[in-house]
Amino acid sequence: MAHQGTAGYTAGPSAQAEGWQEIVTDLSADRKAFRNVPWGKAMMWLFLLSDTFVFGCFLTSYMSVRMSNTVAWPNPSEVFALTIGGAHIPLILIAIMTFVLISSSGTMAMAVNFAYRRDRARTAALMLATAALGATFVGMQAFEWTKLISEGVRPWANPFGAAQFGSTFFMITGFHGLHVSAGVIYLSVVALKVARGDYERKGNYQIVEIAGLYWHFVDLVWVFIFAFFYLW
Amino acid sequence: MAQTAIPTGTYDDTDHDEDLGDGHHEPRSFITKYIWSQDHKVIAIQYSITAMAVGLIALVLSWLMRMQIGFPGSLPFIDPERYLQFVTMHGMIMVVYLLTALFLGGFGNYLIPLMIGARDMVFPYVNMLSYWVYLLAVLVLVASFFVPGGPTGAGWTLYPPQAILPGTAGRDWGIILMLVSLIIFVVAFTMGGLNYVTTILQARTRGMTMMRLPLTVWGIFVATILGLLAFPALFVSGLMMLLDRVLLTSFFMPTITSLGERLSYGGGSPLLFQHLFWFFGHPEVYIVALPGFGIVSDLISTHARKNIFGYRMMVWALLAIGVLSFVVWAHHMYVSGMNPYFGFFFATTTLIIAVPTALKVYNWVLTLWQADIHFTVPMLFSLAFILTFVSGGMSGLFLGNVVVDVPLSDTYFVVAHFHMVMGVAPVLVIFGAIYHWFPKVTGRMLNDALGKFHFWVTFLGTYAIFFPMHYLGFVGIPRRYHDFEGIAFIPDSARELNAFITVAALVVGAAQLVFLFNMAWSGFRGRPAGSNPWNATTLEWQTPETPPGHGNWGPRQPVVYRWAYDYSVPDAEQDFLPQNYPRPAGDGLNPEAPPEQGGLLR
Repeated sequence: MAHQGTAGYTAGPSAQAEGWQEIVTDLSADRKAFRNVPWGKAMMWLFLLSDTFVFGCFLTSYMSVRMSNTVAWPNPSEVFALTIGGAHIPLILIAIMTFVLISSSGTMAMAVNFAYRRDRARTAALMLATAALGATFVGMQAFEWTKLISEGVRPWANPFGAAQFGSTFFMITGFHGLHVSAGVIYLSVVALKVARGDYERKGNYQIVEIAGLYWHFVDLVWVFIFAFFYLW
Repeated sequence: MAQTAIPTGTYDDTDHDEDLGDGHHEPRSFITKYIWSQDHKVIAIQYSITAMAVGLIALVLSWLMRMQIGFPGSLPFIDPERYLQFVTMHGMIMVVYLLTALFLGGFGNYLIPLMIGARDMVFPYVNMLSYWVYLLAVLVLVASFFVPGGPTGAGWTLYPPQAILPGTAGRDWGIILMLVSLIIFVVAFTMGGLNYVTTILQARTRGMTMMRLPLTVWGIFVATILGLLAFPALFVSGLMMLLDRVLLTSFFMPTITSLGERLSYGGGSPLLFQHLFWFFGHPEVYIVALPGFGIVSDLISTHARKNIFGYRMMVWALLAIGVLSFVVWAHHMYVSGMNPYFGFFFATTTLIIAVPTALKVYNWVLTLWQADIHFTVPMLFSLAFILTFVSGGMSGLFLGNVVVDVPLSDTYFVVAHFHMVMGVAPVLVIFGAIYHWFPKVTGRMLNDALGKFHFWVTFLGTYAIFFPMHYLGFVGIPRRYHDFEGIAFIPDSARELNAFITVAALVVGAAQLVFLFNMAWSGFRGRPAGSNPWNATTLEWQTPETPPGHGNWGPRQPVVYRWAYDYSVPDAEQDFLPQNYPRPAGDGLNPEAPPEQGGLLR
């Protein structure tokens, strides 16, 4: 009987599959396209992909508005400079904020490592440290906002130049700050559950890694905001 | 049916190593079963009913618009502002709140777990939230009918600066509610969409490879990915316009003098909004079309008792359309004043995307070629879809070319084109799909005579409505005009044609009420359907109960041995082999081949 099975034709053994064909065969295996990837992790990756497009649209819009503007764009190095002990240092606060946030990615990575080793106490402590660094970041951002607002920067206008400077600044850093704040809450909740032993009973610590993915993403987005908004 | 006699493969999943998500959520009371339900089937029905209810509003709005165009002044309360509000709300409701929600929230939710042999979505709680947030978006949208000034009249594209300037209807409240509602909708869609994609990728049953998925699932899968990547642009543009409106930022607002007064706006770019909007808007066309493509492939194959022609190419075509749909958006903007070189690029990509689309049409036709076509109601709607989609697609070739598009822009030719290709065509698929799956959802058949009546009036009626609009467009009748009094170049024939179109629209709209009656009546009094009335191969027809119970499969999940299209297999004892029908020993296939090519499962 020449009835042909699944894809309507027969083909050679999978051992011959190479290159693209091999990738396709792997991804189209039964049950799971990505073996050993738990559901929550797959879903987080997809969410981050979608969120990438959100921030991509924000940053593209910012660049478009900045480039098409006829009014001079304020110099970020000057606007975000602080005078500390008589010294005028450009971008000093942003540099510290960036350092804090990137350090928090380090503590997060260590937390994931200890989660794999099922070291409850250290995992929880490192996650709380990450959350604390994140909260510090948000606090410094609040300081930065307060300073700019007191200098007269508003979403609709500012004394330094193009009105869109304030608009994009508050919108993009605000949206990123919300992401960090949500992450701080998320990490704190997971850390408390780790400390309480919830995942010990379930037998897996995947949620720590999933929370870590989100945190690294928020961190990565900041790098782009830093580069495109503050350094340009 | 001989259905019960078929030995089918199952496996016990009690040792399921999978992370069960928030898995076990057996409903305990009426409220957890039907209201705050986490069952994908109940959520699907909630989505569908909400979408159809809001669709009825859009239907009534279209009647009102047609009355004004066909018989100007016959309904005196339709002034120019109201007319534009009707245009806006009709368009937005149909595209976003009806079609997107019904295809993905409705059919996606119902069919994905059943067709891939899963017990539910991977995160049922998030799935439930998705529906309730969607309902909130709908309520905010509908609330705009009741606020001072009414809903926005900016047109469904909401182009700034006019959308938020004084003088546009609904500028005070309507536009704010519209933007807030869209933002909420994106949140709701994201929660659902993440679930659909993760479920399809990671929660298929044993033996269900990606290349054995029914094309319905493929269509929904690709459309959902498009949504996850395209809706962010709507989210961002909506948020920015909201800031422009509420905080007086100038993202999209140039320097404007309105009624002799210089507004505080300045320095923004209206074109930026158009780019963002259409970066969402064009994939949105395919978010609506691709599930339709998938569903129609399965309907044709099932009701013509023949395997789908070129399954693999159908899958690759879906993926190709998905990728290309992100690089054609500016063909909506040929007259916007963007750089003319863009027109060259986007016209080229637009014509390229016609290739995989045409490939799909050829494959549907070749599936029908020499097939045992059963003229059931779902088949009639599928055939009507192919015809409508081809005629709508053909006019797209005109509009995709810059030089032809420029004179046709903003005429009824455009209205005719997009209504045929992304209005009527997907709606015909939805009807066919409802006639096809209603027996599984309720356990009862829809009435056939009423169904055929509904089909013929809808199919012929929509042609009566939209075909003449091509002519109106060639004559140069502009769209979004409240009335055409005193416009010298418009011939009397156009007025008569408009009256004719209005009568047809009223009749077609009324036929939809017959359909709603059919659903309500048959849901309680229809002929019992049995578990597999169409003798279909896909897994949702092989459930132990109809309608499927909570968890879908009873104690044992199905095992899949073959693709979804084993119809009329030579020498088989019946004309269809369900996907979980075990493969005979020594069937001539190479056991070393990959599973999707008939090899053994490893």
